[in-house]
Amino acid sequence: MQPIIIVRLRDKAEQAVHHIVGKSGHHLGNMRMQPSPNNQIEMLRQMQTIRRFEERASDDFHAGDIYGVVHCYIGEEAVAVGVCSALERDDRITSTHRGHGHCIAKGADLNRMMAELYGRETGYCKGKGGSMHIADFSIGMLGANGIVAGGIPIVTGAGLAAQLDGNGGVAVSFFGDGASNAGPFHESINIAAKWKLPMLYICENNLHSANTPASKTLALEDVAARAAGYGIPGVIVDGNDVMAVHDAATIAVARARAGEGPTLIECKTYRQSGHTERLEAYEHRTSEEIDLWKKKDPITQFANNLIQREGQLSEADWKQMDDEILQAIQASVDFAKASPFPKPESALDDIFAQ
Amino acid sequence: MRQISYAQAGSEALVEELRRDPKTLVLSTDAAPALVEEFGDQRIRATPIAEGAVTGMAIGAAGSGYRPIVNWRIVTFSFVAMDQIVNQASKIHYMFGGQAKFPLVFRATVGGGGKLAAQHSQSPYSMFMNLAGLKIILPSTPYDMKGLMKSAIRDDNPVISFESSRLMGFKGDVPEEEYTLPIGKADVKREGSDITIVAIAWLVHEALAAAETLAKEGVSVEVVDPRSLFPLDAETIRTSVRKTGRLLIADEAGPTAGASAEIAALTAEDADTFACLKAPIKRVCALQVPVPYSPVLEDHVFPDRDKIAAGVRAVLG
Repeated sequence: MQPIIIVRLRDKAEQAVHHIVGKSGHHLGNMRMQPSPNNQIEMLRQMQTIRRFEERASDDFHAGDIYGVVHCYIGEEAVAVGVCSALERDDRITSTHRGHGHCIAKGADLNRMMAELYGRETGYCKGKGGSMHIADFSIGMLGANGIVAGGIPIVTGAGLAAQLDGNGGVAVSFFGDGASNAGPFHESINIAAKWKLPMLYICENNLHSANTPASKTLALEDVAARAAGYGIPGVIVDGNDVMAVHDAATIAVARARAGEGPTLIECKTYRQSGHTERLEAYEHRTSEEIDLWKKKDPITQFANNLIQREGQLSEADWKQMDDEILQAIQASVDFAKASPFPKPESALDDIFAQ
Repeated sequence: MRQISYAQAGSEALVEELRRDPKTLVLSTDAAPALVEEFGDQRIRATPIAEGAVTGMAIGAAGSGYRPIVNWRIVTFSFVAMDQIVNQASKIHYMFGGQAKFPLVFRATVGGGGKLAAQHSQSPYSMFMNLAGLKIILPSTPYDMKGLMKSAIRDDNPVISFESSRLMGFKGDVPEEEYTLPIGKADVKREGSDITIVAIAWLVHEALAAAETLAKEGVSVEVVDPRSLFPLDAETIRTSVRKTGRLLIADEAGPTAGASAEIAALTAEDADTFACLKAPIKRVCALQVPVPYSPVLEDHVFPDRDKIAAGVRAVLG
């Protein structure tokens, strides 16, 4: 079984059509399943919110107001937004150490997120988690995770719960190319495939495992090709094209809700920032490579599409949206700074549920 | 009163809790046919031999409203799942600010005596005691097993049920009627006045046998069974030591950074208890080696009633 590639093209009416082709180029069919214009604008807003949130988090980290480490998702926003826009609030996800984007795309509160990064009592984890450990169980966000591949089995358990609930819920595992080389990837997908769990496995192939090129660690170029080993669909999608990601996720969600089991979707994307916002010992990527991918920036592409090709958004609207987002980010920082630090003795709280 | 085995007591607790709460489910590399027949293959799942994924899945299912019981079978196999135990299960409630509950039970046998060699004869509970966020039970009798297992399944936190492989066939009184035992409460298995023996699991019975022998020599031994290693009931142990003035700790694990070391420290660092000590604390533990196969070697490595009795005589001088 070869991976399926979804290519986003235009038909004569300038409408988006996704041509589904086999890896060999064999044409398998077309589909049209666009979100409404308003939903597309909302998707752009979410992507830009993630971008602005992280730019601010990076600045405030360097200013010393945010501690520890911050891993930015800049350049990969189309994946989280494309997938989460195909989900319902009750569907569950787990994220990675690079998790701000998944939180925001799933609907997390910016104030409580920023307060957590600031180590404040009002943060999502009362200051116990920080950037790598934000969760919001009320919106099905079962947690970012500091261990590569650590969240894959956990969210597969959420998929088991969804299957037992029998309400048509799905669970989504976000992970990177690095995690696809780790044991939990294999163990979890094998179980999900055998039990037909309602799962999406979303590989964000950003071409780098921390500071090592994925080309040096992946035995095959395409992670999606591994799906054949589990007898499930493996899909490759342009991870910088939010509509393509959305459509691939929509197909996989429908399949999962219908009881047909998991899908592995590999989103080819790029981490424009470094592995962390700390000063890394070296940058192995060339500036040419980074510049090339910045030209394929998912937000710029999507905004331009909406402005130039769809006529859904004016330049002025886009500018106003960005201003509103920047205000919301500033408000989250103001909220964080106005929030108290946790009481030292609260370090002993919440070791066990009472 | 009727008598059932330690293994039957664990099974009975499990079945009763599966009947009581439809959110409970069992994940195990082998599914008992009787459980599958009564509860169906959706709640009683035979999993691949993939303890890491299965342990993580239990965490995710617990965070999604279920109460999974994972049978690692032998503690040996829990080590395959260490990321999920250490980095995830023990920290997930705390790390996320207490926003979700993770009601989980992990079952695993511990101990030696089966001539199974190093990998399958381990008692590494102190490794897990060191992780804040896991409760640990280690019963010594069928009665304690049933009562503690039911509490473990009803607990809203991850609980590891370590179960002594040597005691599986051991029979004892278990009432027909419903009961539970609190996790974190030690039990005085025999009262005495000259020395306290804190013994764990199988060694409770070896300590009781040693106490019989010593009684004939005029020595009155008190035997305390912690039953739970986390939380550890330091107060019951300290109260006993304040009465007897002497402490011997018997553990099937090696002494290094073990439960025995923790019990010794909790006793000695309490000023009132320390003031009552008439002799240094003594530990009778396994030798600090991987457990060897040959019966002659294995017997040499583990403590038993004779080594406990000899230890008591040494403490009494």
